[in-house]
Amino acid sequence: MKQAALSKIALNLSLLIVVFIILFPVFYIVQTSLKSMADVYSGSFFFTAKTANYEEIFTGSRSNFAELTRNSLIVSSSVALICGAIGSLAAYSLARLNWRRWVAGGIIVWLLFINMMPPIVFVTPYYLWARAAGIYDTPAAVIMAHVVLNMPLAVIMMMNFFAEVPKELEEAAVIDGCSQWQAFRMVILPIVRPGLAAMAVLVFVFSWKEFLFSLSLTTTSAGRTIPVGIANFVQEFNIRYGEMAAGSFVAMIPALILVLLAQRHIIKGLTVGAIKG
Amino acid sequence: MMQVSAIIPPPNSTGRPRQVDRLFGAGSFKLWALLPLLVVLVIFTLLPILQLLQMSVSELEFVEGELVSEFIGLGQLDNLAKDPIAGIALKNTLVFVVAVVLIETFTGFCLAVAISRTKTLAILYRSVVIIPLLIPPVAIGTMWSLMYDYNYGLFTTILIELGVQYPPLWTADPDLALISVIIVDVWHWTSFMFLIMLAGIESIPPPLLEAARVDGATELRTIRYVILPMMAPTILVAMLLRTILAFKVFDQIFVLTSGGPGTATQVISMHIYKVFSEQFRLGYAAFLSLMVAGFMFIFVAFYLWASRVVRRRLG
Repeated sequence: MKQAALSKIALNLSLLIVVFIILFPVFYIVQTSLKSMADVYSGSFFFTAKTANYEEIFTGSRSNFAELTRNSLIVSSSVALICGAIGSLAAYSLARLNWRRWVAGGIIVWLLFINMMPPIVFVTPYYLWARAAGIYDTPAAVIMAHVVLNMPLAVIMMMNFFAEVPKELEEAAVIDGCSQWQAFRMVILPIVRPGLAAMAVLVFVFSWKEFLFSLSLTTTSAGRTIPVGIANFVQEFNIRYGEMAAGSFVAMIPALILVLLAQRHIIKGLTVGAIKG
Repeated sequence: MMQVSAIIPPPNSTGRPRQVDRLFGAGSFKLWALLPLLVVLVIFTLLPILQLLQMSVSELEFVEGELVSEFIGLGQLDNLAKDPIAGIALKNTLVFVVAVVLIETFTGFCLAVAISRTKTLAILYRSVVIIPLLIPPVAIGTMWSLMYDYNYGLFTTILIELGVQYPPLWTADPDLALISVIIVDVWHWTSFMFLIMLAGIESIPPPLLEAARVDGATELRTIRYVILPMMAPTILVAMLLRTILAFKVFDQIFVLTSGGPGTATQVISMHIYKVFSEQFRLGYAAFLSLMVAGFMFIFVAFYLWASRVVRRRLG
């Protein structure tokens, strides 16, 4: 018995070390974001916390972080909305409306291919299209790319939710005189609403953190999003560590909020494409 | 239903009214609901690949804002032969992928076994562990570049405190740069392997573990002779999936090293990006993209086949 208790303590102790390893870099960046340049240079652990870096990136005259934040919000919420609408309609059709197996299977396999393909593959065609369509360097170009990137997640996640709804519900609704659209809109959709919300939030976060397309399809702060702004800090000759850390922490906020919210659905979404064990 | 209609032609078998029915009739919602997705897939995933085909047999240039395209057939093959960095990028990517997949499989498995044994703190562990998968990879890059920083970074500060005279340069040392990048990736992606492995462990029937315990098996022996064999298919498929995803690596390398010093951390995505954005050779970038797409296409097909076989075996 004594040995069991000891091994339990050892187990939890080692897991707490893992927790520390994961959280430490986040803590370190928060700490750096509250330091003045002099405190960064001295490298000491004791200093007076200041919010100057946050003020500088959001209101400073040479900072475009406010515009980038605006772009990020526009892009991520549009992508969540578009993927939510297109994804849930398509998922419902694929999961419940008796498509032949090769149709449904073929579309799902294609979505998995898109999900697993290195995104760099699509950069050159999208770049040319954005130029041709006159949306280069606007949030619209980034939205276009992010919708495609997140569509597999949206459809596959929603298909799982629809599969959990008992079939009798739609049948009853149709017998009562609903059209298929009404059955979907008024009976099924309200049931999967928590799942739909989880999907939309996850898509929001994935769009929020995407970097490659925001970088390739834009060139000024008219279209760029937060990750591009952060990467620019690193490339400067004299890195403004405090401001870089402050920007990085702002970029993490949606993710940190998400971790505190719904867990079960999110975990399913994070491993799309993995087999169910 | 289908068989009957094949023998006895229905009254309206001219085809036309049924076509119209399918588009606008009572059952047409099925098609309309799927249509937006089909449009997105055809326009934004199928057409780009066709365009890549066309671009990779051309030399493309912007002349005064107008795109000028010249057909060069297989001329991009010559460009590939003259590009020494492509081979280096391929080699670096393979080293990176093999290293991170092996390490993360091990760390992910250990973490999953450990966390599956906890009760009270399980929620804390699970919440914390998924954080690296949700924060922007660019921010992961800046976090670690702060810690790796030679002048003010945490590692240097600690090592100097400990009396090390010449602490390593991490990302600035050509011999250490790739390893530094791999360390960051392990921090980032262990959680992904953990999630898949945990689902695998939780699907092992509890009586099996109970039986092992009653028979007096030690923890290590239970892991070795019960959990590991039961998990083997899951582990294999997780490794394949992680291999595919690891080929995407770009964001952190862009922030941490930009492929440098020299070409020490140049990976495929980074190389294509540089060909595209710095050298501005769109045709050659398209050609490389197409090769990557073709290679990944085969690899993903293999993965989907393998995971189907495994799923069937697991029932």
